[in-house]
Amino acid sequence: MEFLSDLQAQFSTAYELLAAGWGVQLLWGIAWTLAVTMVSMLIGAMLGSLVAAAKLSPRGGLRFIGESYTTVFRGEPELLIIYLFYYGGTQVLTGVARSTGSIGSTDILNMPSFLGGVLAVGIISGAYQAEVFRGSFLAIHRGELEAARAYGMSAFQRFRLVIMPQVLRLAVPGLGNVWQLTIKDSALISVTGVAELMLTANKAARSTHHSLLFYTVAGILYLVMTSVSTPIFEKAERYTSRSFTRPK
Amino acid sequence: MDFDFYLSTMWSVLKALPLTLEIWFFGIAFGLIIATGLTWLRASGHKLGEYFTRAYVFVFRGSPLLVQLYLIYFGLSQFDFVRHSPILWPILRDPMYCTIVAMALNTAAYESEIFRGALRAVPVGQIEAAKAFGMPAFTRFRLVTLPIALRLALPAYSTEIILMTKATALASVVTIMEMMGTAQKIQHDTFRPIEVLTCAGVIYLLLNLSIARLFAWVEYRLSPHLRPPPEQSQQIKPVPEVL
Repeated sequence: MEFLSDLQAQFSTAYELLAAGWGVQLLWGIAWTLAVTMVSMLIGAMLGSLVAAAKLSPRGGLRFIGESYTTVFRGEPELLIIYLFYYGGTQVLTGVARSTGSIGSTDILNMPSFLGGVLAVGIISGAYQAEVFRGSFLAIHRGELEAARAYGMSAFQRFRLVIMPQVLRLAVPGLGNVWQLTIKDSALISVTGVAELMLTANKAARSTHHSLLFYTVAGILYLVMTSVSTPIFEKAERYTSRSFTRPK
Repeated sequence: MDFDFYLSTMWSVLKALPLTLEIWFFGIAFGLIIATGLTWLRASGHKLGEYFTRAYVFVFRGSPLLVQLYLIYFGLSQFDFVRHSPILWPILRDPMYCTIVAMALNTAAYESEIFRGALRAVPVGQIEAAKAFGMPAFTRFRLVTLPIALRLALPAYSTEIILMTKATALASVVTIMEMMGTAQKIQHDTFRPIEVLTCAGVIYLLLNLSIARLFAWVEYRLSPHLRPPPEQSQQIKPVPEVL
């Protein structure tokens, strides 16, 4: 039973390490992960609704832009997008700062890692959210839009009173999926140095040489985050569709 | 615009394409085997099998692939019995194998759910008809359930394969010099991340677009019954007016 005694030895050090301060660090990591995910979801919601509108537009040019956006940002590895925004951002910022003379010609102006990461994850999230919003819009009954038009509502009134409330209601389940994706994508921005859960677990694993322990704990904490959000979104779904009964 | 730089970068990244495809292929192949096992376990109706597959899917879909990869690559080697095992250690000390294992385990969770959904979506009438014909269970599965389920699973499966292409990029964080790793190296050497990552991005995008095309073609070939009928004029030749 070499395996069991090994496991026991691992567990006995687990408590000590977590109590010695790594536990608090990991909790901060969760806070950062949630912050990254929420800000990314917000950026994604703004971009996603614009892109969805572009994809539904009658104008070919706008449709092409929307299609390209969702194809590119859903087709590229997330890591590549994150590197592009972080290192690419650094390249642009450095170039601008050098040419304006605010830093020396050999200095480097780094992209703030939180900003770079959140932009990258937000843009990826936006590509998925665009598809969710587009699907919800297409699910609205055509008759309702026609009725709104027949009442003489302006385009803005139609959007505010008929389209938006229904898109939001229908989008809730899809947004739940995107939220889960975004939590998992947020782990990737550890490569840029944002002290979220993954990076904290990395630091802990490297400095204590207990990688099994810390990666397992990180894995469990991600599971907790993703599984806690499921009932929350279910509740939101029930709340937003409370006036719509479905035949069983 | 420095075309020579773009060309040489493109070429260096392309030289790493075989390695990316290798990770991709083996990840998908082993993933498919595991997913088949999981689906069978889930469909077998045993309570224990159901609990196991539910737990498996929950764990592998609920946490990031990066955590799973680190856990397999850095975490498992903590166990003495892993380091002393003649079978496990050669696999788990190699970052390439670890990536393939992590990808296979991860995709298996998603794929088993896709297959489960597809099996459930097979119309009951078809299975009843097969039963009424007196087909034994295996024949029924081989001739009726499986072909229909595979066709139904195809769109979601192609999405999963594209997610796997994107996941191969994670191999770069455990030191594999596949396309992403190569791009990273060039980027660090030249400090021109935008140009380098754009080159890599174009290759990844073309790869994914061709995979999507391929699956669309397979889907088209497998669903002749869903296509609109050809124009009548092509089907029935007009009667020549000889009279």
